[in-house]
Amino acid sequence: MAEFSTSIKDQSGVSVVYLNGYLDAHTAPMLESNFSELISGGKFKIVVNFKDLVYISSAGLGVFMAFIEKIRENEGDIKLTTMNDKVYNIFDLLGFPLLYEIYKTEDDAIKKFVETDKLGK
Amino acid sequence: MGNKSKIKEKKLIVKGKTENLARIRTFIQSIASSVGFAQESIDNMILAVDEACTNIIKHAYKSYPEGEIIIKVKYEAKKLVITIIDYGKSFAPDSIPEPDIQEYYRQHKVGGLGIYLMRTLMDEVEYISIPGKYNQVLLSKSLTSTR
Repeated sequence: MAEFSTSIKDQSGVSVVYLNGYLDAHTAPMLESNFSELISGGKFKIVVNFKDLVYISSAGLGVFMAFIEKIRENEGDIKLTTMNDKVYNIFDLLGFPLLYEIYKTEDDAIKKFVETDKLGK
Repeated sequence: MGNKSKIKEKKLIVKGKTENLARIRTFIQSIASSVGFAQESIDNMILAVDEACTNIIKHAYKSYPEGEIIIKVKYEAKKLVITIIDYGKSFAPDSIPEPDIQEYYRQHKVGGLGIYLMRTLMDEVEYISIPGKYNQVLLSKSLTSTR
């Protein structure tokens, strides 16, 4: 049963990870290996698109917690985008908006990386 | 045309494996919608039950995936009562403080979020643990709950 899947594209040096389906304790390892691969490939600028994510539990949220520090130490970030209300409410209940930048659109999130890069130069 | 005021107790027994979480969610969805809960309430119940079962799988049955999780649901007096039983390692939920997300970030810690969610999403959460025998968590939500 394809209850969760991900796909990744590269845009302007930013890796966009698309989530699809149900992210729970069973499927969280799949996203963990996506993040591990990005990190070992030196890709620290990550946008996660939640458009097709139907469901998330704390095991799914935990994946973001597990990798964020390593990514920020390397001048990267995980920015989140296009969350439906149901998924956003869970993030909000746990105070995640304090820790992660959440954008309305994928373009906004990518732009933010590009702007930050320009400022750094 | 059925009488929705009371349903016979429904029961689901699954092994303590994460692959069964989807089945558990479907079970809760079908019962809660049959007695007339709004989808938002159902979503909250599904997440609370998922969190309870994930805790059982990850902690109580950590080294014993063949252990059984028994989920019983009854609807009485406009209240859905979900009882989840396992026979794994016992657990003291009162030792879990409310999470401070900034502190979690510093410590890379994620455990404890599930319990907090369960308490936030349900009307009542009650643990009974008889060490060496069984653990039981009771989750309830009334039809008129605003959560």
